[in-house]
Amino acid sequence: MLSFILRRLVIAIPTIILISVFVFTLQKLLPGDPVLAMAGEERDPQVLEFLREKYRLNDPIPVQYFTWIGNALTGDLGISLRTNQPVLELIGEKLPVTIQLATMAMIFAMVIGIPAGIFSAVKKGTVTDYVANVVALSGLSIPNFWLGIMLILLVSVKWKLLPASGYVPLSEDPLRSITVMLMPAFVLGTALAATLMRHTRSAMLSVMSSDYVRTARAKGLVERKVILKHAFRNALTPIVTLTALLFGELIAGAVLTEQIFTIPGFGKLVVDAVFNRDYAVVQGIVLVTAVGFIFMNLLADVAYVLLNPRLRKQ
Amino acid sequence: MAQPATPITIDAESAADPVLSARPENRVWKKFRHHRSAMLGGVLVVFFCAIALLAPILPIPDPAATDWGAVRKAPSAAHWLGTDELGRDVLSRLIWGAQASLLAGVVSVAIALGLGVPLGIVAGYFGGWTDAVISRCTEALLAAPFLILAIALAAFLGPSLTNAMIAIGISATPVFIRLTRGQVLSVAAEDYVESARAIGLSTPRILRRYIFPNVLPPVLVQATLTVATAIIAEASLSFLGLGQQPPSPSWGSMLNTAKNFLNQAPWMALWPGIAIFLVVLGFNLLGDGLRDALDPREH
Amino acid sequence: MTLTKMTLAAALLGATTLGAQAADLRIALQSDADVLDPDQSRTFVGRIVYTSLCDKLVDITPDLEIIPQLATEWSFSEDGKQLTMKLRDDAVFHDGTPFDAEAVAANIDRSQNLETSRRKSELSSITGVEVLGSHEIRFDLADADATLMAQFADRAGMMVSPTAAEAAGDDFGLNPVCSGPYQFKERVAQDRIVLEKFADYYNADDFHFDTVTYLPIPDTTVRLANLQSGDVDMIERLAATDLAQAEGDDGINVESAVSLGYQGITINVANGEKGDNPWGNDKRLRQALSYAIDREAINQVVFNGAFAAGNQPFPPNSPWYSTDFPVPERDVEKAKELLAEAGFADGIDLEVQVPNTTIPLQLMQVVQSMAAEAGINISITSKEFATLLADQSAGDYQASQIGWSGRVDPDGNIHQFMTSDGGINDSKFSNPEVDELLNKARKSNDQDVRRESYTAARAILNEELPIVYLYHQTWIWALDAGLTGFTAYPDGMIRLDGVMKAEG
Repeated sequence: MLSFILRRLVIAIPTIILISVFVFTLQKLLPGDPVLAMAGEERDPQVLEFLREKYRLNDPIPVQYFTWIGNALTGDLGISLRTNQPVLELIGEKLPVTIQLATMAMIFAMVIGIPAGIFSAVKKGTVTDYVANVVALSGLSIPNFWLGIMLILLVSVKWKLLPASGYVPLSEDPLRSITVMLMPAFVLGTALAATLMRHTRSAMLSVMSSDYVRTARAKGLVERKVILKHAFRNALTPIVTLTALLFGELIAGAVLTEQIFTIPGFGKLVVDAVFNRDYAVVQGIVLVTAVGFIFMNLLADVAYVLLNPRLRKQ
Repeated sequence: MAQPATPITIDAESAADPVLSARPENRVWKKFRHHRSAMLGGVLVVFFCAIALLAPILPIPDPAATDWGAVRKAPSAAHWLGTDELGRDVLSRLIWGAQASLLAGVVSVAIALGLGVPLGIVAGYFGGWTDAVISRCTEALLAAPFLILAIALAAFLGPSLTNAMIAIGISATPVFIRLTRGQVLSVAAEDYVESARAIGLSTPRILRRYIFPNVLPPVLVQATLTVATAIIAEASLSFLGLGQQPPSPSWGSMLNTAKNFLNQAPWMALWPGIAIFLVVLGFNLLGDGLRDALDPREH
Repeated sequence: MTLTKMTLAAALLGATTLGAQAADLRIALQSDADVLDPDQSRTFVGRIVYTSLCDKLVDITPDLEIIPQLATEWSFSEDGKQLTMKLRDDAVFHDGTPFDAEAVAANIDRSQNLETSRRKSELSSITGVEVLGSHEIRFDLADADATLMAQFADRAGMMVSPTAAEAAGDDFGLNPVCSGPYQFKERVAQDRIVLEKFADYYNADDFHFDTVTYLPIPDTTVRLANLQSGDVDMIERLAATDLAQAEGDDGINVESAVSLGYQGITINVANGEKGDNPWGNDKRLRQALSYAIDREAINQVVFNGAFAAGNQPFPPNSPWYSTDFPVPERDVEKAKELLAEAGFADGIDLEVQVPNTTIPLQLMQVVQSMAAEAGINISITSKEFATLLADQSAGDYQASQIGWSGRVDPDGNIHQFMTSDGGINDSKFSNPEVDELLNKARKSNDQDVRRESYTAARAILNEELPIVYLYHQTWIWALDAGLTGFTAYPDGMIRLDGVMKAEG
């Protein structure tokens, strides 16, 4: 097990290096001078030049890259050109927000998606199954930013039920924190619920046609027990793996949701940073996200091995 | 354009091959035809393609014709879906916008296919260092979230529909590389490929006759589903101001404008969203149907 | 049992809140502020936060008269080259450092010499600072500078604690220490900036909130929804198109003031190779464009008539507006004639770069269809703001739709754009006569002389039209009906003295 994890970690290193080079180069290719972009109306050439020097924007690109990556290895991701805040601090500030959002979306998706998937599998081929499938595909097909706008329009503007935007830290006021995030979590979770439902259904279907389920049935066990105890437990492995993988995707998917609902999270940070040409922030975020992604992938693999008794023995 | 026809063409091409002709192409089409939701998807897709192509001859107002006297008017007999912030007919813009959105979906997937499939085949078939390099690059790209990558690329290229398509295409490429590579790996190990090699067939010939046709079905399914993703991605980029630029309409840019007038003109946001939803649903249903039809296992 | 206790506690809590002054004032801003250091800062919303955080040497009235704030009185020498100021002796910085003449001197030094300071050009006329007493100071100027007092009414006049500034250096903005009615409490980027009441403020009784929270909410619909749901008490820059709805809501009051800034189309006259084209070389084309546009119709279509049509760097209600050159009526025939005279009877193309956000794009599409009727085929190139600015300053553009947020002194709206060496003269328009007139206006403390100079310059600029002015934004604030005492200022700032939340 340990050597498996280690091997995976070693493979991850070149990937991370590649992505850092890639993001860095892309950044440098972006049109628009970051210092000028930041200056807005006030463009004192002397100050601009000083800032270029200060942030070493005049150095050759490879030099800039090595300076950056060298600092990054020591935990220093630079500072935001816009607010002077350290990038690491910004990320630390924003990550919990997005994790909360993603977790709520994930809970929502699991609560809806997994039972719906089991149900659909059990009722395979019936109208119920068919309808459930179309509903799930619809969930996958709704552009989530549009869903967000429509919800704001209906729930916040017309019915005045939930706030249209904002964020309250969980530690400050848990109830309000969750209330404020209900709508965004729903929006973010919709597509995920659909994905989970579809995967649960197919995992259940393949397990239900397997021998041991047939044996369980033959033993005369109650159908409910067969489904929940035998079939579902075995279908769980791929579902858990998938969930871990999707969680990473959720964090990325939060980009637009956060933009719509003005949630000060990771996604909003990165989009604003791209538009403001706040290089250090974009680089830092992509690096951290990429590492996070790889880590989630690894976690998924480990979970897969742990949940699968046959693999565990190896 | 008519997606359902494509698998047939491929099979017809390989029909002469004794190994491949064993594949049950007729059953595929039959299965597909009886797949009700897939047919529904096909109908949706064909419908939107039709209105996109017929936009110039449909009896609708000029999508760019402004009317200061009818700014942000609710749906009425004169303007079935209302007017926008410059008094333009929303229905007309929706229909013309279908061109941009479908084009974006198809072209970006074409880019992703054009880059991804050859790279995937090369990586999968030749292995070794080539594979290692391509695979690491793929993983690196996959580790950067799709939309963030597309946003950064679109910002780098500058806001326009073409650039949005390129950005989405590049961002979608790694998925195809990985899929193709995996498929090639499994096919290359098959006996008939081994024997083809044994009898001394040239590599290009093996690739063309055995590998490529076998790689195609799953890639085709993925491509159909990616068209759906790409349409949403284009809408997202346009929504952020990085896609189609005014005065030309695209559904995403219509939504981008609409969000400023939600209070006064909610219809401006309603219709483009529904249009995106329906066409994406169409591609998703179609892709699902294709997958089921091409799946050798019975469900 | 527990339930009754809790109810009781809640009731008591409710009673105390009602009894005391309302604790928190929540203000929604259109965007997030940049670094919170008056010397380094550059955003408009940043200035809104400073209004409560950092006192300035002087302030303005809604009519743009300069009034005392940290300086109690001031006078210029005969030749205008010396400015003597008396300062408040009861002001203190948030960290306890007393405010005195030495602090002012340190602040001027910081604004002029901090490498990252963006106030250098604003204070460039000051050559020396002499501390005359503990609360009296003299500024020596290279030349008479009519704009100086207005600069002191803005960021250049904001006083930061010299002790804190010394200690923090460039990082001052992470924890700003000034002498305003509210002190910095915390900031979460893109989420909120919280200020809390500064008990030792000399005029603390006039400020009625314990804390003020600024929340950046970029989306205008969402901003309004937050006000309507009571999540915020006040929003700035309500969309003109939402005005009717806000006015129809009994729970909301609306205040407005025409801004000091302008929006227009800057044409590249001589900025690099791209300026060397018919549009840059022939003023008749620029005049034709101006005639082709119906400014009042733009105002109606895009802004529901809430803004002000304009044709000068100052809005028509400004004392500096030259009434000799009123906003021209649209005249398509005249535009066509001018095009024909210039040799483009069959029409001409013009490429205009526009920021890729809704309002500028909508505006340019209106202009586009108006110009088309006169034979001017505008193609719109939308760019992200960062790219647009870079291209504009590099001269890589034919025409650019851009504006200016406006300054209290008229000089700030025109000098740096229209003089040959102007810092942001991206058109690279150059006319010795205009240079002379604008320099003269800058140096004179005589209002009449200044007005005459501006009018004379306007006569030339209206012919040349390096910038075709279109309209002036109106600042629109929407407030919870329970808020009283708010005054709208044309600088768009939110001043909180006297602002109160009605009880109940």
